[in-house]
Amino acid sequence: MAVSILIPTALRTFTGGGDAVRVEATTVGDALDALVEKHPSLKKHLYNEEGQLRHFVNIYVNDEDIRYINKTATELKEGDTLSIVPSIAGGLTNIKEVAAGEVELDRDEILRYSRHLIMPEVALEGQKKLKAAKVLCIGAGGLGSPLALYLAAAGIGRIGIVDFDVVDFTNLQRQIIHSTANVGRPKLDSARERIAEINPHVRVDTYETALRSDNALRLFEPYDIIVDGTDNFPTRYLVNDACVLLGKPNVYGSIFRFEGQATVFYAKEGPCYRCLYPEPPPPGLVPSCAEGGVLGVLPGVIGVIQAIETVKLILGKGDSLIGRLMLFDALKMKFRELKLRKNPECPICGENPTVKELIDYEEFCGVTHTGEVSVGADFEITPAELKAKMDRGDEFVLVDVREPEEFAICRIPSSRLIPKATVPERLHELSSADEIIVHCRSGVRSGQIVEFMKQAGYRKVKNLVGGILRWSDDVDPTVPKY
Amino acid sequence: MTIRLNKEHVEEMKRHGERTYPNECCGFLLGIQQNGVNILREAMPAENEWKEKINRVETIDEALPAASRQEEVMKRESQKNRYWITPEQYRRADQYARDRGLGIIGYYHSHPDHPAEPSGYDLDHSCWPGESYIIVSIEQGRAARLNSFTKPDYESFVQEEVIVENT
Repeated sequence: MAVSILIPTALRTFTGGGDAVRVEATTVGDALDALVEKHPSLKKHLYNEEGQLRHFVNIYVNDEDIRYINKTATELKEGDTLSIVPSIAGGLTNIKEVAAGEVELDRDEILRYSRHLIMPEVALEGQKKLKAAKVLCIGAGGLGSPLALYLAAAGIGRIGIVDFDVVDFTNLQRQIIHSTANVGRPKLDSARERIAEINPHVRVDTYETALRSDNALRLFEPYDIIVDGTDNFPTRYLVNDACVLLGKPNVYGSIFRFEGQATVFYAKEGPCYRCLYPEPPPPGLVPSCAEGGVLGVLPGVIGVIQAIETVKLILGKGDSLIGRLMLFDALKMKFRELKLRKNPECPICGENPTVKELIDYEEFCGVTHTGEVSVGADFEITPAELKAKMDRGDEFVLVDVREPEEFAICRIPSSRLIPKATVPERLHELSSADEIIVHCRSGVRSGQIVEFMKQAGYRKVKNLVGGILRWSDDVDPTVPKY
Repeated sequence: MTIRLNKEHVEEMKRHGERTYPNECCGFLLGIQQNGVNILREAMPAENEWKEKINRVETIDEALPAASRQEEVMKRESQKNRYWITPEQYRRADQYARDRGLGIIGYYHSHPDHPAEPSGYDLDHSCWPGESYIIVSIEQGRAARLNSFTKPDYESFVQEEVIVENT
């Protein structure tokens, strides 16, 4: 069939100025292929990098939008006219239309925020917006620490914090809102006191609870912006979904070892977390900071990027990270940026959402509570029993399945290092005739290895319950804990 | 890139923005493209068809019974800070332009109480490189600056030269 395709003005440079192109085709898909074949430079203006029609491009056959007929399989008749029709939208990015008249700054505050007030991008109006703003931080850990400190200093009027942890010595290397004196106290108490020291004008609301599907909406409801400082997948999906359902922006950050990421997920204006990651990774594939470690300074960089984005959203200034994922590599000292696209088929923010309420995120992410494997009492040994065995001079092989870096920190005498990931290929080094005792830091990884060895036919294999941590508690306190 | 237009076009767009204040106005730029210059012949007002149905209020509403939420969403994201030109309007404007030997060379819209600078949302929802995007800022109901922007690629907007002729 001979049909003609009307070319928009902006694309006529690619058709030699022609405002219509005639092609032979039986379906819309064929017609577009023929058009692009005739004028190859048109391709990148009709299709995105993934080969799909650009999101603003609509195709009409005569008077009808092909989406409502048969999409690109829509059949054509002799003399049909195809139109390439964009839909255009735009407007301001203004998260909060704060009626700045509702809040006032007193003399102390004017002095305190003077370096903001003299900048045209903030000024009195912007500082009042900050004061009227309500920001909820999920977690008072590595990311939450610098974030809450800077948001408080910047004059955010109300800061909420959700956390249920107590301060631990291992936190102090990076969680700078907490001090050594606060070890053992709830993180919320320590964070609240530190914020009050920095800026007594800030209202701090603390929520000592785990974020769950049955409380997330209620907790998020009073806040304008949610900032995600968590380190696990179930909570990330939960924060994302609750933000999409409530129409609130989610300022996202994550860290691992030397690398960090930050972006703003805001479904009304751009992609959400599920557009980027529709499915969670298989459980255990992505290690947490507790398992893999993290450079203590790194959350400073990422948490502060989250704080900056939060402030910009409130002020309505600058280019936000909506639709852009910042990647930071501290070893290379490089920032990179990826463009994120909204997925029209996203299960929660797409055109036909299937997720309409919060779900069970632990189940969704396949989390089995601790990853702990119960190997059965016959395959377990306590540190005290192990010590007794050593003292008796019993014959056995002690296998340490931790990483070499951990082995360098501390070890149990006579142990042999076979890191967990290398056990399958080095299994031949272990004789099933020997009695084998396996240990790691806390007993989780070694439990998995004992289970694996049982499957491989080893009968005389035992897991050291509680790992080297409990060895330090029960047998030898000179062994440092980490 | 450059856009050439005359004083009357500027006045028409400014008056349109003042009329719709505090909502955003929007419209088509009809004209011709010549040697990389967009020459405006007519600024054609369009209807801002931004409605609930495209800002996904249904989902928010369904998930949460709070009646206040819908109001809040509408308040925050309404014609005050959004515009949308439907494909149907585009087709009518395109036919009108073709009948006069012109084409759609770009679009204009207003930013009520906000600078005449494109937002990230503007960029994500704009179309092809080479088109002109005129933004008029309206401050407290009075038209202020008029700037024009264009996309060299799909990644960014750059400000373009605006030549205002007397006739």
